[in-house]
Amino acid sequence: MMSPVRASLFITCLADTLFPQTGRATVAVLERVGVEVDFPLEQTCCGQMHANTGYGHEVGGLVRRFVRVFGDAEVVVTPSGSCAAMVREGYERLAAEAGDEALAAQVRELAPRVLELSELLVGRLGVEDVGASFHHRVTYHPTCHSLRLLKVGDAPLSLLRAVRGIDLVELPEAQQCCGFGGTFAVKNSDTSTAMLTDKLRRILDTRADVCTAADSSCLMHIGGGLQRSKAGVRVMHLAEILACEDG
Amino acid sequence: MKAGFPKAARVALADSQLRRNIGHATSTIRAKRARVVGEVDDWEALRDAGAEIKERTLRHLDVHLERLEESVTRAGGTVHWARDGAEACRVVAEVARAHGSDEVIKVKSLLSDEIGLNDALARAGVHAVETDLAELIIQLDGDSQSHILVPAIHRNRAEIAGIFRRELGVEVSDDPGELTAAARAHLREKFLSVKVGVSGANFAVAETGHVVVVESEGNGRMCTTLPEVLLSVVGIEKVLPRWQDLEVMLQLLPRSSTGERMNPYTSIWSGVSGGDGPREFHLVLLDGGRTNVLADTVGRAALRCIRCSACLNVCPVYERTGGHAYESIYPGPIGAILTPQLRGLDQAPTLPWASSLCGACYEVCPVKIDIPSILIHLRGRVVRETKAEGLSERAAMGAMARVFASRRTYEAAQRMAKLGRGPLASAALRPWTRSRELPTVPDQTFRDWWREQRS
Repeated sequence: MMSPVRASLFITCLADTLFPQTGRATVAVLERVGVEVDFPLEQTCCGQMHANTGYGHEVGGLVRRFVRVFGDAEVVVTPSGSCAAMVREGYERLAAEAGDEALAAQVRELAPRVLELSELLVGRLGVEDVGASFHHRVTYHPTCHSLRLLKVGDAPLSLLRAVRGIDLVELPEAQQCCGFGGTFAVKNSDTSTAMLTDKLRRILDTRADVCTAADSSCLMHIGGGLQRSKAGVRVMHLAEILACEDG
Repeated sequence: MKAGFPKAARVALADSQLRRNIGHATSTIRAKRARVVGEVDDWEALRDAGAEIKERTLRHLDVHLERLEESVTRAGGTVHWARDGAEACRVVAEVARAHGSDEVIKVKSLLSDEIGLNDALARAGVHAVETDLAELIIQLDGDSQSHILVPAIHRNRAEIAGIFRRELGVEVSDDPGELTAAARAHLREKFLSVKVGVSGANFAVAETGHVVVVESEGNGRMCTTLPEVLLSVVGIEKVLPRWQDLEVMLQLLPRSSTGERMNPYTSIWSGVSGGDGPREFHLVLLDGGRTNVLADTVGRAALRCIRCSACLNVCPVYERTGGHAYESIYPGPIGAILTPQLRGLDQAPTLPWASSLCGACYEVCPVKIDIPSILIHLRGRVVRETKAEGLSERAAMGAMARVFASRRTYEAAQRMAKLGRGPLASAALRPWTRSRELPTVPDQTFRDWWREQRS
């Protein structure tokens, strides 16, 4: 197995601005398993929100920026399933729509090196036990884009199963969307809320005190709902649980 | 005037009976489908074959359609070409009246509802009798369909018994046996007396001129065999090049739609045969906006659809809103990409956003229509080609794009967000906070922490 010596962290604008603890945890976990992490400060946003809302024509520049910032990276790692999917599954289409064949070729070359955190740890490095300890009842929500676009499968679960002290409980109907869907949560707020309510009910039924996932955006949605209903259940990104050594 | 999806959905979301009915029905069909699909070893290969057949056909649709016309004519049928729904309705009305009939019996047909056939016939003095059990319930109740396969999915047994008691004047309980017996008594008389039958079709085979109707009840077969005259109104995308293509399609369709290995009734006929079945057969081939859909190289994959409704049953949005919120005979994920393309983007501009892009629909589609990608594509077209998306959204998106365009503007916006101002802070809107808390903006961004730690 070839271990990458260096991984460039693609933090995502959301985690950078709102959930820095997820970024710090990602760095901690990666360094603990021997990955040298580098963080290119020129990165901003992958353009997912624009592209998925019908404004893909506004963010051709962000595709170019991403290729410029990360083009030389050995591996690009991100704690977000949907942002990884944006680059891997969406960028080529955006480049083609912009009529930029050279950019599309660069994207094709870079895309396979862009990995979501659990893909890098389990799929690439073959690590499941990252030396974490977390004594809580936890349930895992597989986010739609991790599941259906990246096809990460059980990688996040195998990382969680190896955490010492964890009481991991299965989330019923786990594969149903939480209702976030980016601007869907705002443009179709009522339908989104109905989906969220059912997701929250499933989470509460598990009696977990922590709900985890590998995407800050879905967690922001689920967490926002849990907090509003004063459910007493908190959300934590997968990386944050994996970073815990004495939890 | 249509209300648009977000508003129309609100009505359904507040209807507890409807939520319960649809939640129960979709989860039942979902489980059935998963079971019968799971037992087919080469299911993925079948999906590939289905997608391939449909895609290849659409690329040379004109050739296959002319071949279909030749085959049907050779078998003794008459082919009519209809540019739009009005033309198709006119043909049906004229044929019915030419036979002195003021009534027609109908097989369940989505297309006939797409073009408003029943109303058009009524205006021409011809009453259309729906014979599909669910369509009959809808027709008796003056309601509209909410599911491609199970039109009355939003109704439960007790509600249906009420409709029968009221509209048919019969005493029935909510026992399924009693309900079907009541419908049977009502319909038998029609099957034996009405001279003109109208159907749609699941497939039409260019090579042989065969028309195929796939159904569960057998009422469709009565309509296609008992009347003297049969009209089939069929969308041009339903053509298959070869007889052998049915081998793939008839495996994909029942497993995907009703969750059965094989559907109870498959009626296949070509033209007319002396002394058996209708004496006259008319095939009405309808464009109805489909040629325009073909012109969109991304969006046209929607025309592969074989109307199985698997995408509806797995869709978390449909499961909660039901079909009426889509304000179209084609609801759910497939409706969200088909309706705006058939009607014109400005006629259904909110539908491409009626999805969280979770991708469950693409996973089950038997002809592998990448619905999420087409939704995104159509969102882009609505933004660029219509004025449906408001100026404030356009301005916000433009502002955000400028923020992300450089490190300087991005970091400045992050500093503003800490003060609760600027594009990154105001992106959070009231529709979010109605049901969800917003995260608090932390004192230190990740990049600030990194700079502090590492440099």
